[in-house]
Amino acid sequence: MGECLDRTPLLTEVDLTDGRAGEPSRLVRGVNRSFHGKRGLGVASTLGLPLTWMLFVYVGSLLLLVVSAFYQLDPITQKPSDELTWDNLIAAFNVFDPDVRDTIWVLVRTVGVALTVTVLCFLIALPVSFFIAKVAPKWIRRGLVVALLLPLWAGYLVKGYAWRAMVAPSGGKFAADGKGAGGFLDATFGWTPGYGRVAIVITLVYFWLPYMVLPIYAGLDRMPPSLVDAAGDLGARPFRTFKDVIFPLLKPAIAAGSIFTFSLTLGDYIVPQMVNNGKEKFMFGTLINSTLGAPNQPLAAAYTLWPLLIVVLYLIAMKRMGAFENL
Amino acid sequence: MRKFRYTAALLASAALVLAACGSDETDSSGTTGAPETTAGSETTAGSETTSGSETTAGGEVDYMWTPNADLLANAEGAVNFVAWAGYAEDGSTDPAYDWVTPFETLTSCEVNVKNGATSDEMVQLMQSGEYDGVSASGDATTRLILGDEVVEIDTAEFSSYADIFEQLKLQPWNSVDGTPYGIPHGRGANLLVYNTEAFADAAPDSWSVMFEPGSAADGAISVYDSPIYIADAALYLMATQPDLGITDPYALDQTQFDAAIALLTAQQDLASQYWALYTDQQASLEAGDVLAGTTWQVIVNLALANGAKIDAVKPVEGATGWSDTWMLSSKAKNPNCMKLWMDWIASPWANSQVAVWFGEAPSNAKSCELDGMAEHCETFHASDDDYWTDVWYWTTATEECRDGRTDVACVPYTEWVNAWTALRS
Repeated sequence: MGECLDRTPLLTEVDLTDGRAGEPSRLVRGVNRSFHGKRGLGVASTLGLPLTWMLFVYVGSLLLLVVSAFYQLDPITQKPSDELTWDNLIAAFNVFDPDVRDTIWVLVRTVGVALTVTVLCFLIALPVSFFIAKVAPKWIRRGLVVALLLPLWAGYLVKGYAWRAMVAPSGGKFAADGKGAGGFLDATFGWTPGYGRVAIVITLVYFWLPYMVLPIYAGLDRMPPSLVDAAGDLGARPFRTFKDVIFPLLKPAIAAGSIFTFSLTLGDYIVPQMVNNGKEKFMFGTLINSTLGAPNQPLAAAYTLWPLLIVVLYLIAMKRMGAFENL
Repeated sequence: MRKFRYTAALLASAALVLAACGSDETDSSGTTGAPETTAGSETTAGSETTSGSETTAGGEVDYMWTPNADLLANAEGAVNFVAWAGYAEDGSTDPAYDWVTPFETLTSCEVNVKNGATSDEMVQLMQSGEYDGVSASGDATTRLILGDEVVEIDTAEFSSYADIFEQLKLQPWNSVDGTPYGIPHGRGANLLVYNTEAFADAAPDSWSVMFEPGSAADGAISVYDSPIYIADAALYLMATQPDLGITDPYALDQTQFDAAIALLTAQQDLASQYWALYTDQQASLEAGDVLAGTTWQVIVNLALANGAKIDAVKPVEGATGWSDTWMLSSKAKNPNCMKLWMDWIASPWANSQVAVWFGEAPSNAKSCELDGMAEHCETFHASDDDYWTDVWYWTTATEECRDGRTDVACVPYTEWVNAWTALRS
């Protein structure tokens, strides 16, 4: 974490004033003048660098991923060679092959988990953000939002290990002395999901909840309270008000939040290993990770095209719900 | 509208911070001995074992090693290698076991260890070209040699090489046509661990605990999560179903292979854990939610130190095992420090330390002559060739059958990987 705090001095901290307070130096004035009347140059110098970075690092690496899905794997050394082949894509996408159907089943299961996490996040986020935006006194709102955001600043692995410890099942009568006690959940509530799919869902809901709360909170915050009052004046009961007034206005915000929860769950491969004893079957991210470690990099690259495809489809669906209208 | 944009920006920056800092945590390769993987449980740091090494009690220790002067003169100051957990201890797990710090003092080469959980992972790490060397088991060495990831060595540079047991030198998995590709590290067998209270009536002596329902550990067994484990099923079939005609668990034709996979599929109902990270199994053995499993001696030692009620045995059917080799990467940035390490880890004192810690037979014959080592070498049969006849060292399955059959094709290792992935998904 330490490195994140190191930073190079910002431009504003560099002395550009030639020592004379308030007056820009000759150099600065000269640079400024050379931009005068050349709009294109200004735009290019502002956006050029970030765009180049975006193009090479982001799009470039995505393209490399797609290309490497065509590499042939040497069966003995397990190194990808430059010879191109369709084999990996066939092994990942040929749904008529029974082996590939296993893969697709993993995918279906993973999408199921992603949707479950998304729905649970929504069900928790809605009342929480409604409380913060509409019920809580104004002075406390900012504090509550910060409190919700705080977990995002804790390390992913730290939170993962914490959950692993919390859901630990009790070991039973053959445990070492002092070692068999269950985790926090078991000790406090006498119940724990143990390691497995339920623990994976709970942990991921915890991980991604802030990404759902924030957009919904923002959506509720900018909704004029008069709308809710008006609905009440016209005789609508709370549920009707929610269904016909609040929900339609919130739809884009919910869609935006769900993009985070859905796609982050779809790609996660660490939590599914952490709160699991290996007994729970693979999620798709774990399958890709395991294939990469096989090592079979080309097939792993071919597999990644599946979640890519699904996320694109999901984004299109969410666009229809208006998720991007407010960006 | 503005609020939303504000929060979106906040989210985006939060994600950036997470991404930037996250990579630090998951990719650190700086610490020695600490299990640094993505999944796991309590680390073993600070375990309270007091069973120490014989050499640390007061006074100077004779490390019985003279570094090669040429290598030492050109030492790069650091070395990064891939190793099995427990192969490079710096005293952080147990202060009594530290053979990294003396090496750093003697050579000024700072040691950075990346633990690999499986041979496959080690091959992948070596393919990245970012490491100077690796402690490779026989199922990795073939791939590494053929893939030009590692280079042959000049034994004259290694003072320890002369004292290595002859039966470990120039073996098929660590040499090509009489040219050595590394320094033998030691060998051991994968063992059957069991809970002594669950099996109070009769201690098990057969792998049947792992494969047949109805034992005291039914539903609570722990399986090594790697394609190479298919060989363990084949080994069991070799003893229990002679009709299949398996003579080498790494030379399986399609029929034999399918039988092994069927056995492993049935095994899923007995299992409560598939482990790749040794600390996972250790924690489960201590917690008592695993009552039997396939294990390494080092895990047993660590769990015993924490009070686990367990014991381990090499079953009557024999066992799979390993004979490891330290190899030098073809892309090593610190070849001299790596060679010094390879020489050091095979030298009598360091080799005896790692052998005791990991629970394996040392490769250096002089290790057994050190104080207190005779018993260890006896227990682990360091020079007893008969003991190793039913230990099948991990090796890479190839289409050409290793057992000499020419009328059938054997299932190559890539198919093992696919079958294991299918089994686990």
